[in-house]
Amino acid sequence: MTAGDKILLAHGGGGRLTDELIHSVILPAFENQTLNKLTDSAEIRLGKDNICFTTDSYVVKPLFFNGGDIGKLAVCGTINDLAVAGAKPVALSLSLIIEEGLEISILKKILASAAQAAKEENISIVCGDTKVVEAGSADKIFINTSGVGLKLSKAEVGFEKIAAGDKIIVSGTIGDHGMTIMSQREGMKFESEMKSDCGSVAQICAKEIEVLDSDIKFMRDPTRGGLAATLSEISDQTDLGIEIQETQIPVNPTTQAAADMLGFDILNIANEGKVVIVVSGQKADECLEICKSCQNGKDAAIIGQIVKSSEPLVELITMIKGRRIVQMPYGRELPRIC
Amino acid sequence: MLERINRAYIQIARAQKSLGRKINIMEVCGTHTVNVFRAGLRDAFPEGMRLLSGPGCPVCITDQGYIDAVLSLADRDDCIIATYGDMIRVPGRNGSLEQRTNRGNIKIVLSAEDALKLAKQNPDKKIVFVAIGFETTAPATAVIANEAIEQGIKNLFIFSNHKLVIPAMKALLSEKNHKIDAFMCPGHVSVIIGSDAYKPIVEQFKRPCVVAGFEPMQIVEAISEICRQLADNTPAVDSVYPAAVTAAGNKTAQKIIEETFDAVDGCWRGLGNIDKSTLKLKGKFSELDAEKQLGVKFIHEEDLTGCQCGQVLCGLMDPPDCGLFAKSCTPDTPVGPCMVSSEGACAAWFKYTRRKRRNQ
Ligand code: SF4
Repeated sequence: MTAGDKILLAHGGGGRLTDELIHSVILPAFENQTLNKLTDSAEIRLGKDNICFTTDSYVVKPLFFNGGDIGKLAVCGTINDLAVAGAKPVALSLSLIIEEGLEISILKKILASAAQAAKEENISIVCGDTKVVEAGSADKIFINTSGVGLKLSKAEVGFEKIAAGDKIIVSGTIGDHGMTIMSQREGMKFESEMKSDCGSVAQICAKEIEVLDSDIKFMRDPTRGGLAATLSEISDQTDLGIEIQETQIPVNPTTQAAADMLGFDILNIANEGKVVIVVSGQKADECLEICKSCQNGKDAAIIGQIVKSSEPLVELITMIKGRRIVQMPYGRELPRIC
Repeated sequence: MLERINRAYIQIARAQKSLGRKINIMEVCGTHTVNVFRAGLRDAFPEGMRLLSGPGCPVCITDQGYIDAVLSLADRDDCIIATYGDMIRVPGRNGSLEQRTNRGNIKIVLSAEDALKLAKQNPDKKIVFVAIGFETTAPATAVIANEAIEQGIKNLFIFSNHKLVIPAMKALLSEKNHKIDAFMCPGHVSVIIGSDAYKPIVEQFKRPCVVAGFEPMQIVEAISEICRQLADNTPAVDSVYPAAVTAAGNKTAQKIIEETFDAVDGCWRGLGNIDKSTLKLKGKFSELDAEKQLGVKFIHEEDLTGCQCGQVLCGLMDPPDCGLFAKSCTPDTPVGPCMVSSEGACAAWFKYTRRKRRNQ
């Protein structure tokens, strides 16, 4: 990046441009081993315990959408980042940046929803901050949450554990959050039939680790950039190939129809209540059953596997038995013209 | 399903035998290009058949001069640019719309109707609607042009560069060294223009024209039918998208296009000037015409250095044959529009083909 360059919206899209920004601008400023790992949660040792620590900011338009709102999103998103790292969420902070003029009733609704989400996960919001900015300096409300969790003693998740032969499980239908937001924003005709998956995966993650401990190799919540971004990252970091079967990937038909209409690849669309699990081949069926026994994992499926390959590529075996590669999406997805 | 694919295989082999060489089918529509890749069809079909990506991506065929003219309007403080999303990353001589989004006057719209809404919401600004696309998007532009007149809206300006598909298909076949054996015709456009619109092409150039929907199996069926026609040497118009496409098309949409626009000569990227291929607002809409009211000049400009989109759009080369492909030209740093648009051939090749092939 050179001096004249400016931040583009695409730098926040979760694709390759985001990656470049992080590596060429942000990491060099802070350089340390924990941060450099760029995991969902940082792991730090405090006395005898391993603590996981994470933070995330939430900006979403519209603030209220079918299946959730920015408050629930801010709580569940941070809980999920802790959960996929193999930690039991303990406490959250919640900070608000509010645009002058926001109705108090809206704020109350958002906070009630955040509180409800935290309560369901048995976790407290223990500190926070409030700033108000001039009208026009923010879009209604932005929320930041940070969270700490206690690493589960049985958890041994990490890219380095992944090996050829491991299976890949996704905990339910993909793309629901992203397409719900987009169609609600654009006033598309299916908006009422679609629902964001906004929710917690903590129960799934905890149960998987409890039962299968080191057979659970890796977990990640496929948010921005969708399943494609998560799988490409696994492949990049492990130097292994991935094969997934199109027919096995759970997709809600309405979500698919909305994606088709706008020309989006469903694999690139954001999820907010899903987890991708890499599990050893022998325990895949058991892992799937555990997922399905959890409230947010009923539609879970085994979608593919890790393979040895001369090139670390993610390949999709399509419905008609063709193959194509799946890559890290770039920038933000733009709807097509006709 | 596999049975239908096998049937297509048989027809491809027959066609190849009858022509004595590889067969080249052009998909005219960008959505076909993308869906062929997404479904893994290129990988599933035999070597003997090539699919050429045609001039069916609206952003890709838009002349450089038009893009620069839009950028010059975006630099004006009195204008808000209402554009389809695909357009914002296309590089002009002086950056792209995306690099100007911090100015706050670039709005992505999903439909022409949104541009009209913007005009009502911002009475003190001039809303410029970047009206591009084929017969699919032209009717919606026509609708807002008529509504704006009826409702007395004075701050909506339409910068029309809508294109017609049939003149471009004819122009391609009139080129001396074209390689096109048949067309897979665009589903959405055909819903509007009707399958009869392709008859003159079949009669004059003896090339099969088969309309296909966007489902992988419909594409397979279309390829199968095209190859059968090639093998039997019986070129005809056919549709494997029968539910939606009629012979006559959508008369209402055709009528409003005719009443609102004149078909004039216009430039296409890569194809140059094509007779009666571009829709401009009729004289009675001149108060909405951005070219007449905002003093934008739009002259044909050569493509940016090194970009071979023109060749790609004519089916004369595949994207990986372009020297810049996957080197200086990537979806993050697009040099030409074919790499920008989600419907562009270069972007589709980049996203969905194995890297091996890219480096060949
Ligand atoms: S790869 Fe880039 S430069 Fe080459 S033809 Fe495609 S868009 Fe143009």
